[in-house]
Amino acid sequence: MRRYDQLIIGLFIVTALMMIIALVLALGVAPDPANLVTPAERFAQRIFYFHVPNWWVGFLAYFIGAVAGALYLISRKEQWDAVEISSIEIGLTFNTIGLISGSIWARPTWNTWWTWEPRLTTAAIGWLMYVGYLMLRSAIDSPQRRARFAAVFSILAFLDVPVIFLAIHWWRTIHPVVIGGEVGQGTGGFALGPTIQMVFFVCLAAFTVLYVTLMLVRLRTEFLAQRVEHLRQQFMFL
Amino acid sequence: MHHLHKVLAIVAKDLAAELRTREMLSAMFVFALVVILIFNFAFELRAEDQQTLAPGVLWVAITFSGMLGLSRSFIREQDRGSLEGLLLTPVDRGVIFLGKMLGNALFITVVDLIVLPVFVVLFNLSGALIPQLALAIVLGTLGLSGVGTLFSAMAIHTRAREILLPVLLFPLIVPVIISAVKLSAGIIDNLPFAEIQQWFSLLLVFDIVFAVLSFIFFDYVVEE
Amino acid sequence: MTLVGPNGAGKTTLMRILAALSRPTAGRVVLGGCDLALDPTSVRRMIGLVSHRTLLYDDLSGEQNLLFYARMYDVTQPRARIEELLRQMGLWERRRDPVSTYSRGMQQRLAIARAVLHSPSVLLLDEPDAGLDRHATEMLGTLLRQTDLSRRTVLMTTHNLEHAAAWGERIGILVNGQIVFQATRPAIDLTALRAQYDRYASSA
Repeated sequence: MRRYDQLIIGLFIVTALMMIIALVLALGVAPDPANLVTPAERFAQRIFYFHVPNWWVGFLAYFIGAVAGALYLISRKEQWDAVEISSIEIGLTFNTIGLISGSIWARPTWNTWWTWEPRLTTAAIGWLMYVGYLMLRSAIDSPQRRARFAAVFSILAFLDVPVIFLAIHWWRTIHPVVIGGEVGQGTGGFALGPTIQMVFFVCLAAFTVLYVTLMLVRLRTEFLAQRVEHLRQQFMFL
Repeated sequence: MHHLHKVLAIVAKDLAAELRTREMLSAMFVFALVVILIFNFAFELRAEDQQTLAPGVLWVAITFSGMLGLSRSFIREQDRGSLEGLLLTPVDRGVIFLGKMLGNALFITVVDLIVLPVFVVLFNLSGALIPQLALAIVLGTLGLSGVGTLFSAMAIHTRAREILLPVLLFPLIVPVIISAVKLSAGIIDNLPFAEIQQWFSLLLVFDIVFAVLSFIFFDYVVEE
Repeated sequence: MTLVGPNGAGKTTLMRILAALSRPTAGRVVLGGCDLALDPTSVRRMIGLVSHRTLLYDDLSGEQNLLFYARMYDVTQPRARIEELLRQMGLWERRRDPVSTYSRGMQQRLAIARAVLHSPSVLLLDEPDAGLDRHATEMLGTLLRQTDLSRRTVLMTTHNLEHAAAWGERIGILVNGQIVFQATRPAIDLTALRAQYDRYASSA
């Protein structure tokens, strides 16, 4: 545990530094995109440096949760269950932040807090699914069964996300497609200059490292919880 | 053939047990009617054209009443430990899943087909729509029953049982509900089939995807 | 063979593992040359289980219950087999009534009929005597002797030392998941078994 703790402290410092750099770059260095006119829009656009990496981490966390779920079903090692719950909890946190920060951005840009657009709707339904995941876990007493059901649910839920997105896609999207789409597509979209790209990738890296750090901290708690559970069972039998 | 025989035996067994008391079927039927009536009252004051709301009301009634049936599905098996009895037999778990899923789909469909004429009358729709709407109901119900059966088997081992099932199930089957509502709306609006065909195919695809996934995962849910 | 043991000794767990309902955390189960983990279907064919729950459908009649299970087990000529069993268990007259109207003893007899329906080579009885009245218990004893005649392996767990001593050819005591004592019948009687049981159960 000592080395593990040192690793966490080290990563914590790295994350803090990267976050400060990302903040300075995103708010100070990155230029305003040329096609945005109103100050409110320009100001709100800065959220892009946090909103997109934020969703990236959320998606990554759910993905790793589902992979850990599959590995649990194959190997039946409770470590994978720990990875799964840790990752999905972090994913849910970022999912929540993403929904809120997206709403804050949408208010000046789209002139509404919320719209039933595919990505938004998928994000909201995904949020409900993973809240359900936590409820499922808390409603099962046997640790093996809890791990098994949670693994099944985490895989199903993750596979369902693209299906839900596709189903909702038929309603016309007004969410800006910044990466891989046409320039300025969607209301509030903008072109990516080289500096903007550089700043964006720094932010992306900072958030990914943040995810790794949070994962290690959360996993540590989970392993300790598992140890407590084992000790409790041992003493119950004596 | 050999497996199909057993799948049908499970469906027949559930049907025979239900027909003795008809508890669940009548509860589902009354509940579906209640939902439709409540919506009629709730919308009466504001909605200009009630028909635009009809497909939504229909599917809320179907999913909610279907939830009643799904939640009973495995509780019925658990009362005397008969689920264990079933698991003891040298029958593939997939067969058990298919039997339970088809039984659930059958119950929900039967209830909905009885509710359908009432719905058509209350919303002032043309009776000629009934066969097409019935097809939409069968397809949508199959979509509900796939994941529904899997989660129903899960829910009996949880503390909250019936309460947890809708919370887990509804978000996951959003694609099924969306396409079923769209398909029914198209039918009610008398659109040509070419215009609603994509929803028809989509619903079919979702049915298959959800059924296959649930089929695969059922093994992990019933094992101890 | 009968197994006795205090609560939590692992009697039901052992039964569930043997019946392929639970996965063992370690070790293998081999029955009649089939590894349970590799070929559970063949093992399931060989096993009949009577547990403290009846594993029956309350809303179906006795006959419907057996017919359903006969289909699941691929019993050849199910009707004849079911009639034979129902008559043997004294349930033939009540075969059309729903199981929910049966008495506890009748349900238990039907549960035994269900377990031996497919003529399993191994019969597992998990506390079959729990909650039975005197008459039903005697009937169970008689039935067990009959099934013994057809040369089946019968493994039974019970809380009741009298039943264990009276019905078992071999008698074992299970404590904390270990068989701590074993004897065959002529070598042990009820008093000796009781003494052994008290010694092991109190040390646990």
